Parts: sequence; C-alpha cells; structure tokens
Amino acid sequence: MLCRFRAAWDRVILGVLLCVVAVAAYALTFPELTGRVVDDAGILDPSTKAALERKLAELETKTTGQLVVVTLKSLQGTSIEDYGYQLGRHWQIGQKEKNTGALLVVAPNERKVRIEVGYGFEGTLTDAVSKLIIENSIIPRLRANDFAGGIGRGVDDIIQAVSVDSEEWKARAKRRPDDEPSLLDVLALLFFLFVFFMIVRSVARQDRGYAQTGAGPRRGARGPIFIPIPGSWGSSGSSWSGGFPGGGGFSGGGGSFGGGGASGSW
Amino acid sequence: MSHTLYVPRRPRVPLFAVLAGLLLSGCGVNNIPTYDESAKAKWSDVQNQYQRRADLIPNLVETVKGYAAQEREVLTQVTEARAKASQIKVDASTVTDPAKFKEFQDAQNALTGALGRLLVMVERYPDLKSNQNFLALQSQLEGTENRISVARRDYIDSVRAYNTELKTFPGLIWASTLYRSYKPMETFTVAQDLAKPPTVKF
Repeated sequence: MLCRFRAAWDRVILGVLLCVVAVAAYALTFPELTGRVVDDAGILDPSTKAALERKLAELETKTTGQLVVVTLKSLQGTSIEDYGYQLGRHWQIGQKEKNTGALLVVAPNERKVRIEVGYGFEGTLTDAVSKLIIENSIIPRLRANDFAGGIGRGVDDIIQAVSVDSEEWKARAKRRPDDEPSLLDVLALLFFLFVFFMIVRSVARQDRGYAQTGAGPRRGARGPIFIPIPGSWGSSGSSWSGGFPGGGGFSGGGGSFGGGGASGSW
Repeated sequence: MSHTLYVPRRPRVPLFAVLAGLLLSGCGVNNIPTYDESAKAKWSDVQNQYQRRADLIPNLVETVKGYAAQEREVLTQVTEARAKASQIKVDASTVTDPAKFKEFQDAQNALTGALGRLLVMVERYPDLKSNQNFLALQSQLEGTENRISVARRDYIDSVRAYNTELKTFPGLIWASTLYRSYKPMETFTVAQDLAKPPTVKF
C-alpha cells in the first residue's frame, strides 16, 4: 500500500521535474539591459563601448529612436532571427507609440549578425538596406576579427539610415499624442472649474453676508471645503518620461518587433 | 443639521446594473470577446505578411527570367502557386472554418515550397546572384518569410489563449450562455510551424 503511494508520488515528482525541464528548454534567457551597448560576449573594449554609447544616446535625443548594440555568448540553440525579435520585445526597445527601435545583434560564437528592426523603423531601415549594411559594412570587418570596426561602422550606417528624416521625427516628437488633452483631462478640467466656481460663489455670498452684518470676511472658519481631486493632472506629464529616465540609466520605451531586418553570417 | 438619507427609488435599477456589470467583469465576462478581437487582429497580420510575399513575387520572377529564362518549369510553378494562393478568398471568418483554413494553409505552403526550389535553382546562376536588384528582392523575401513566421507564432499564441478561454472555467459558462456564436479558431499545425522557412544563402 505504502509502496504504491510511494510509486505514485515518485511519478508526480518526475512529472513536475519534466515540466520544469521542458519550460527551461523552451524559454530563452536574455541578458540584462544594462545600457545601450550590452556586451554579453565580451568582445568590445571599454573605450569603444563608451564611444558607441555616446553615438546611440545622441541618436535618441535627436530622433527619439532607440538603437541597442548587443553581443551574445550563445543563441541558445535557436536562430538569430528568432532570438533577435524576442529579445527586442523582451527589452521593449523603441518608443511605445511609434515602435522606433532597432537592435544590432552579434553572436560571435555562431558567427552570425543581425539587424533587428522595430515596426516603426521598417520604412526607413528596410530589409534591403539592412542587408546591404550587413554585407558591405559589417561582415568584411568581422571576417578580419575587427569587432569594434564592424560594429562601429554598422552603427554609423544604421544611424544614417534612420536619421534621413530626422527633421520629420522632430516634428512628430513635438506633437506626440501624449501631449494632447484627452477627454478625461477635459472632464477633469471642467469639474475643477465647476468646483472653483462654486467655491468662489459661496465665498462671495459669505462676504456679502458678513458685510451686511459688518463682521468682515472670515475666510477659512466656515469657508469652502477643499476637495482633493484625483485626476490625471499629476500623471499626464510623466508618461513622456517613460522611456527616458533622466539619470544614467537606460530602459526600453515599450516598442515592439515583428521580425523585420536582415541577417548574415561570416 | 442632520438629514435623513433620502434615496429615490428609481435609480436603483441602473445602480444594480452597474454593480452587476462590475461584478461580472470580475468574472471574466469580457474575456471571450477580448481574446477574439486580439486573435483576429493577429490573423489579419498573418494575412498582411502573406500578401506582402505575394506582392514581391512578380518582380522576383521577372528578375530571375532575365538571367535564367530556360528554367521555365520552376518559374511557372512559382507563378502558378502564387495565383492559386491569391485566389483563395480569406477573411476573418476563415479562422473558424477548418476546411477553408486548411485550404489557405496548403496553398501558402505550396508557394513556400515553390519559392524554395526557385532559390535553390538561382544558386546555379552567379550573374543573377550578384545582380543588385535580385539581392534587394532576395533580402525582402527573406525578411518577409521571417515576418510570416513571427506573425504566425503570434497568431498561434493568441488563438491558444482564446480557445483555452472557451474551454475552461469560467469562460466555459459565458461561452455556453452569452457567447454561443463564438467558435474555436483554427491554428497552424505544429509540423508546419516547425518547418523552417526556405533558407537563402549566398
């Protein structure tokens, strides 16, 4: 009897273990987004990394687009196309509304490179352009083991491709949908005005009343009650800074990817 | 100055309705339509990507013809497979119609196969392989195949969520009462999904 329970219990444990193994085998693990250059494979020296970080930060201030360079130790058995778009979605690179994000992925152990393009950049950084950048600028240098040169040149080309209409981006950034008042804002404003009007009116009445009795205004004693209004006043401004933490930190803006871009191997 | 609280009789019914609505939405009464919309949006993305591939093909065939006109058989196969795939009328209702869905999937797979053969054939023509126009088309085709596989996977995921909601508690209750017209959706078969898109090599 006990023995049978034991056997059943063992089977349950085995089942759970198998599930855990299956999940572990299925899910990819992603490196942490530590900055605009994530050198997981350790192929870039600090000065190159700093120079790249500067260029990428400049791109973001100019166009609000986010480009991240990532080198990978391993593709974990999947293709670079599969890993690339999942990594982009995981990090949420690019602005939420516009999806203007891109990744330059280098997997030195598998000798693969890919430009992963977010939905918003698919029009400027097309598959054909990505392929040309990979074949002409990146791969010849990677073949010569010049990782810093290949990645640097690739980043320059990508920046050039996506900044073609940077003036247009600037105009778009100015009229972001977040800045336009929503219906809730308008309602909150109307409500606020209404309350304000009521307060003013009651104060005016009281004043008149006191004036009649000659006691003078006694504001605050039985005056209007202040009603704190929970509304979008505080939060409406903060949605801008979602992807732009003011300090040194860097995070994705909520952008998404759909498999655009091109890959190559060397 | 103490007033007795006066509640008029009339507003009770709307109040009750609002409360019931809030309670029900806590029980997932909105889940089925929400998942349904999401899956349909993913489905239209799948359609878009297949359409994008179909739009690339005439140009690709023309470019290849310029260098390898004698490979008539392969070229005709691609053109015919494309025509067949384009003929099938696909809309949002296709996903709940197993026969129609299979037809769509088979036609697209046939086109994938024909394109694969075309790209293998191209290997024998070095001039064509180095043609700039062909290279651009090839990279677009590669990108499109990749987008198709991403769109398909997103669709499979959202259909899984939708179908699970239809079959599990508490969605099961809503499916059999409020949402009887919502049918389970078809999804791409696993074997097809594991099959890799034609790899294009230089």
